[in-house]
Amino acid sequence: MKFGIVVFPGSNCDADVKHVVERVLGFKADYLWHKDKSVKGYDCIILPGGFSYGDYLREGAIARFSPIMEAVTDYALKGGLVLGICNGFQILLEAGLLSGAMRKNDSLQFRCHDTYLRVENEKTPYTCLCSPGEVLKIPIAHAAGNYYVDENTLKELEESGQVIFRYCGPTGEVTPQYNPNGSLNNIAGITNRDGNILGMMPHPERCAEEIMSGVDGRKIFESIVFWLKERC
Amino acid sequence: MFLAKIYVTLKEEVLDPQGNAVGKALHAMNYKEVQSVRIGKYMELYIEGEDAETVGKRVDEMCSRLLANPVIEQYSYELVEVET
Amino acid sequence: MKSETWKEMGLRKNEYELIKKILGREPNYLELGMFAVMWSEHCSYKNSKKALKMFPTKGERVICGPGENAGAVDIGNGKAVVFKVESHNHPSAIEPFQGAATGVGGIIRDILCMGARPIALLNSLRFGRLDSPRVRYLFNGVVSGIAWYGNCMGIPTVGGEVYFNKSYEGNPLVNAMCIGILNRDDLTRGKAEGVGNPVMLVGARTGRDGIHGATFASEELSSESESKRPSVQVGDPFMEKLLLEACLEVTRAGYIVGMQDLGAAGITGATSETASRAGLGMEIDVNRVPLREKGMTPYEIMLSESQERMLVIPQKGKEKEVEKVFKKWDLEAVVIGYVTSDGILRVKNGSKVEAEIPARALTEMCPVYSPEKKEPSYLKEAESFDWRKLPIPEDMNKVLIDLLSSPSIASKEWVYRQYDHMVRINTAVRPGSDAAVLRIKGTNKAIAASMDGNGKYCYLDPRMGGSIAVAEAARNVVCAGARPIALTDCLNFGNPEKPEIYWQFEQVIKGMSEAAEALGTPVISGNVSFYNESERGAIYPTPIVGMVGLIEDISHIRSQGFKEEGDLIFLLGKTEPELGASMYLEVVHGLETGRVPVLDLKKEKAVQDLCLEAIRTNLIKSAHDCSEGGLAVALAESCISGNIGADINLVKENLELPELLFGETQSRIIVTVDKNKKEDMLSLAEKFGVPTSLIGEVGGRELKIKVSEFSDEIINLSIAKMEKAWRGAIECLML
Repeated sequence: MKFGIVVFPGSNCDADVKHVVERVLGFKADYLWHKDKSVKGYDCIILPGGFSYGDYLREGAIARFSPIMEAVTDYALKGGLVLGICNGFQILLEAGLLSGAMRKNDSLQFRCHDTYLRVENEKTPYTCLCSPGEVLKIPIAHAAGNYYVDENTLKELEESGQVIFRYCGPTGEVTPQYNPNGSLNNIAGITNRDGNILGMMPHPERCAEEIMSGVDGRKIFESIVFWLKERC
Repeated sequence: MFLAKIYVTLKEEVLDPQGNAVGKALHAMNYKEVQSVRIGKYMELYIEGEDAETVGKRVDEMCSRLLANPVIEQYSYELVEVET
Repeated sequence: MKSETWKEMGLRKNEYELIKKILGREPNYLELGMFAVMWSEHCSYKNSKKALKMFPTKGERVICGPGENAGAVDIGNGKAVVFKVESHNHPSAIEPFQGAATGVGGIIRDILCMGARPIALLNSLRFGRLDSPRVRYLFNGVVSGIAWYGNCMGIPTVGGEVYFNKSYEGNPLVNAMCIGILNRDDLTRGKAEGVGNPVMLVGARTGRDGIHGATFASEELSSESESKRPSVQVGDPFMEKLLLEACLEVTRAGYIVGMQDLGAAGITGATSETASRAGLGMEIDVNRVPLREKGMTPYEIMLSESQERMLVIPQKGKEKEVEKVFKKWDLEAVVIGYVTSDGILRVKNGSKVEAEIPARALTEMCPVYSPEKKEPSYLKEAESFDWRKLPIPEDMNKVLIDLLSSPSIASKEWVYRQYDHMVRINTAVRPGSDAAVLRIKGTNKAIAASMDGNGKYCYLDPRMGGSIAVAEAARNVVCAGARPIALTDCLNFGNPEKPEIYWQFEQVIKGMSEAAEALGTPVISGNVSFYNESERGAIYPTPIVGMVGLIEDISHIRSQGFKEEGDLIFLLGKTEPELGASMYLEVVHGLETGRVPVLDLKKEKAVQDLCLEAIRTNLIKSAHDCSEGGLAVALAESCISGNIGADINLVKENLELPELLFGETQSRIIVTVDKNKKEDMLSLAEKFGVPTSLIGEVGGRELKIKVSEFSDEIINLSIAKMEKAWRGAIECLML
C-alpha cells in the first residue's frame, strides 16, 4: 500500500503526514511535487496542510492550478481516495472537487487548539473504523475554516450523508459554543457524493501518537488502511 | 496597454465578519452614521492588448477562474487605457 | 560632501576621524553610510562589548558560542541544537504587525544560516497596561504578526511569556527566539572561505525598504518616529518558507562553504561579516543585484534591509547546481561577486569602484566604549520599603482571584491559540506549562525551552534580577524534566549613554553571569537592544533569558498540572518572609517597590538537581515552579491545568499571610508524588539538602488552603471559578 503526499510551495504539514504514514502506520509514502503530472501507482493521495502560495489571494486558490491537480482530479473522479487536510481541504474546495468555500474564521483570528468532532457518517473510507456518533479529539490550526455553501447544496450535503465531521463538545453536543470558526452547521469535514474525497479542517496527523497528547487521529488513517485492504 | 481595476467583494448573502468588526469599531469611534461595512479586495493588472473588448473578455475569465471565488465572491472591473 | 554628513548618519566625531585614518583618505558618501550602519550600536555592540565579556560562554556541549549567527550545542546522537533570541522592539512600536512579523523572519534566518532546520519559535513580549487602546492595538498587532509569519512558515510557536507594565507603554518589547536542529556534520558557518569562491545573493529582490534600520534601532523613540515609518519592512513568510527549503537543500547537498542572512545593514553587513570572519576580502558588483525598484543607487542597494534574502557562498563550480535548486523553489540566485585575498570589501558598479573598505574595519574596528555608570538613587529607598506596615486584606479568596485575573499572570491562551504550536508534530508539552517540550524524532530524547525575565526585579535590584532571570528559566525547564544545557539572551535596556542605565546594564550582566556559571548553562548567543525609551522614560531593565534543556528519555517529560486524586503535594524549598517586588504588592496595593527576593545559587542548584533526580527515578508526577504570584497562584495553576483540586495545609511560622501565600521566594518547586512514596521523596530531599515539606493532597474540585493558627480555610475556590478568572482575563480585555 502506498500513499502519495502532494507538496505545494508553502505546504508545511507534508512531513508530518509522511511521519505518521511511515513511522506510525508502517506504510510507504512519497512526496509528489506540485509540478509533477502523474499520481499513478498510489492507493491514497493526501493534500497536506500548510500555506500553499502563502495563502495569498485566497487559501488554496493558486495551488489548485498546479500541474499535479489535473492528475489528482482525474484520480479522484475515477474513485481514488483523496484526503485534503486543512489547506488541502481548502484546495479541494477551490478546485471544485468538493462543494462550498472557506471564509475567514468568525473570530478573525488564526485558531490552534483541540476540538471535538462528532463522526456523522461512519460508512466512508475515512471513518469505517469509527462507531456511529463517535467523538474524536483532533486539533485545528487555521485562519479560514469557516465553511460556507449555499442553502440548497447544504441541504443536499446533509441529506446524502456528505457531512462527515461536526465540531461538538466532549460528549458530542453540537452547539454554537463548540463551533471554533463560524462554520455552517458546525461542519468540520465533508466528502463528495461518492465518498472517496474527504476534506477536513482538523489535523488527524497531529494526534496519532501517545506523545502528541492523543491518538484519535490515527483512527482516520487506520480506517483508510482498513478500507483499502477490504476492497482488495 | 490597459489598466484593469478589479474589485472583488463578498456576495451580499455571505457574512463578512471583518466588515462587521470594522463597522463596530467605527461606531465605537462615534461614526454612528455608518450603516454597514463590506470589505473586499482591489487589484491592479497592467495588461497588453489592442482593444478593450478583447482585454475585457480575458479579464472576465481571469476573475471567474482565479481572482474571485464564485461560491462566495463577486467581482467587477473597469478598464483604463494607459501609456506603455 | 557636506561636512557634517557623518553626524547626520549617527557617527561620532572620533569615529569619523578613525574612519579617515583607516582609509587614509576622506570616505565617500557610500563608504560613510556603510561605516555608520556597521558601527551603530545595533551592529557593533560598541557600548556593550566590554560588559558582555563577563558571560561564561564555554561548556562541554558548546559547539559554537557568541559571534556566530547563532549558538550551537551538542545533544548527542550526532545532533546539535542551534538557538538565538533577537529583539524587534522599535519596528514593532511603529508598525506592530509587520515589525513583529519581520522580527520572527529575521531570527529564523539566523538559525537557517547555521544549516539547521528551525523547529520551534518562542517569544517574550512586554507591553504597557491593557486599559490603553494604543496598547491593545500594539498587543493585538504584535501577536497577529508573529502568528502570521510563524504559522505560514510551518514552524510552531511553542512558548514564551507576556507581561504588562506601564514602563513599556511607549516602547513595547518583542523578543523572538528560534531553535533549530541539525546533524553536527551539517553545521554551516557565516564565513566566506576560499579565495575565488563565488558570492551569491538568493531569495527576495532588493528594494528601498529599511534603509538605515540599524541606525534607527540605535535611537530613542519619539513622536517623530512615526514619520520614520519607511524604516519598517514588510515581511513575506511565503518567500522565506521557499528560501528555507532551498537553503537546506543546498546545504545538505554539500555545495555550500558559508551562508549568512541579510538582516541589519543588508548586503553591507552580510558581505563584510562573512569576509571578515574568514580573514579575507570580497568584491561585489551592485549591478548584478536583482532589484525590485527602478533607479536604486549603490548606496540604497548596499544599505537596503529588504527581507527574505540570504548570502550564499558556494564552492567554485557549484553555482549552476545552486541556481538549479533555487529555481526548483521558484527563487532567484545570482552571483554578485567573489571572495578575494586582499581583505578589502570592494563594491563596484559595473567597472566603476564605488567603495573600498577593509572588511575587518567594518566589523571589528569600531571603537569600544565604557560608558559612564552611576548607581541610581531610587534603589536605597526601594530596598528599605517595609511591606509589613501595609494593611492585610481580609479576603484572600478575592486576592487570589485578582492575581489570577491580572493580565501578567492570567492564562496567555488568547495569545498562543493564535500560534500554530503543533505543526511538525514534536510538541509534547504545549504552551501554558513551565516550559515547552519538543521530542527529537529519531531519538528517545526531547528538549525543553523557556523564556524568562522579570523587569521589575531588575529595576529594583539589577544584579539579583539578572540572576533570577537565569535561575527561573533554568527552573522552568527542570520542571519539564530537562537538564538545562545553555542559554541565549536578549538584553533590553534604555539609553546606555545615561550613567544609571549603563550601571543597571552591567549589574544585570554580572548577576546573569553568576547564575549561568553556577547552574552550568553557558551563554551561547544573544542580542542587545538599547535605547528602549519613550517620552515617559526608560523601560524597566529587561534581560530575557531563553533556556534550553535536554531530556535524555522522553519518559521523563513532565508538566505542571496535577495528575491524580490522592497524589501528595510537596514544596521543594522553603518560603521566606519576602514580599518585595511581588505581583501581590502590584495588584493589591499598586506598589512596585521593595526588596527583591534573595536568590541563593547553591540552594537553587540543589533544588533543581533534586527535582531532576526525582523525575529520573520516576518519583515526581508533576512539577511547577513558584514564581509571580507565589505559592497560591502556582497551586491554582496546577489545579486548573490538571483540572483537579487540592487540599493544602500550610504552616505559618514567622510569616505573614501574604508572604506565605503570595511571596515570591526563589528556588521553590511544587511537585506531586504517588501517595505511597512519601518517605522516598523526603529522604531524597534530605540527601540533596533541600528543605522539603508535604503541604497537601490532590483531589476534589476546589483549591482549599488551611493555615496553622487559623481555624477556617483561608482559601476555598472552585476550579471553575479560578479558571474563569485566569483563562478569561485577557480575552475579556481584548474584546
